[in-house]
Amino acid sequence: MHNDRLVIAGREFKSRLWVGTGKYKDFAETKKAIEVSGADVVTVAVRRINITDRSKENLLDFIDPKKYTILPNTAGCYTVEDAVRYARLARAAGVSDLVKLEVLGDEKTLFPDTGGLIEAAKILIKEGFIVLPYTNDDPIVAKKLVDIGCPAVMPLAAPIGSGLGIRNPYNLKIIMETVKVPIVVDAGVGTASDAALAMEYGADAVLMNTAIAGAQDPIAMAEAMKYAVYAGRLAYKAGRIPRKLYATASSPIEGML
Amino acid sequence: MAEPLQIQVNGECRDCRSGATVGDLLRELDIKTERVAVELNLEILDRQEFDRRGLKAGDRVEILSFIGGGGPDDGLGEEGPDPCTMTDW
Repeated sequence: MHNDRLVIAGREFKSRLWVGTGKYKDFAETKKAIEVSGADVVTVAVRRINITDRSKENLLDFIDPKKYTILPNTAGCYTVEDAVRYARLARAAGVSDLVKLEVLGDEKTLFPDTGGLIEAAKILIKEGFIVLPYTNDDPIVAKKLVDIGCPAVMPLAAPIGSGLGIRNPYNLKIIMETVKVPIVVDAGVGTASDAALAMEYGADAVLMNTAIAGAQDPIAMAEAMKYAVYAGRLAYKAGRIPRKLYATASSPIEGML
Repeated sequence: MAEPLQIQVNGECRDCRSGATVGDLLRELDIKTERVAVELNLEILDRQEFDRRGLKAGDRVEILSFIGGGGPDDGLGEEGPDPCTMTDW
């Protein structure tokens, strides 16, 4: 597994677990959880600086952009205009051309507005962005995103922060067969087995935030996720046995009394 | 001494010295320009423009940076019914 590197748009990643940075108690906990998770891709949001209280610490003082790939997201954007604006701001802040593109359709479900997503992706790709789209578990939309130039797609497992696990494994399978770019299962993972399952299905990576940050012990869960993603990947590469309805004895009958 | 002019910074009204640039404003606010994005009246500025762009009355400045976030929401979201015990779906 030493050479099992994930490559997206010419960039090589060591870890197949990607993590978000929201919802932690403080930056020290964020930093520790990320270290323990072994993730080398870290998503961040773009927001107004607090100008009245400058004593507040900066996230990137804790997460070294030289050590991690910082993946800015357009979290909280419900229109194409907003998503494009935030992506441009993220790039102007000078980390990279990468963007995790989110165009949300609804506050309750946080499901993507896939029409808006494709439109925003087109604009940003034309401007030279490397667009990693947060999308639905819809193979047709995934294909459209790849056709317009997205070097990976990030279908959800379940609604963001829901912890419901993979709601539609069959669609994920079809996406994996339909597009020939890396698939990063993004959102909805609840616990380690969900992450392992995503990798066993053949996902190239898993991105999560709440499953770690919202756990009772986020640092321990970060470690659990690290092993889950690794184990799931190993199992996928190893190739599982087919499911059978009836038993097949493991021990030979020969030699029995 | 010229009258101070009023501008908006991150949605808040603020006095600013006449003739000041965006760079002056950032220094006054003690904001390191590294990893900061600045929008002046909806136009995103290149870093090297900070010291060249003067501010005038009524300007809207947005100063942004990276914060923790992985999902679109900073809270844990709305508590809905527990899906594990939901029966009507």
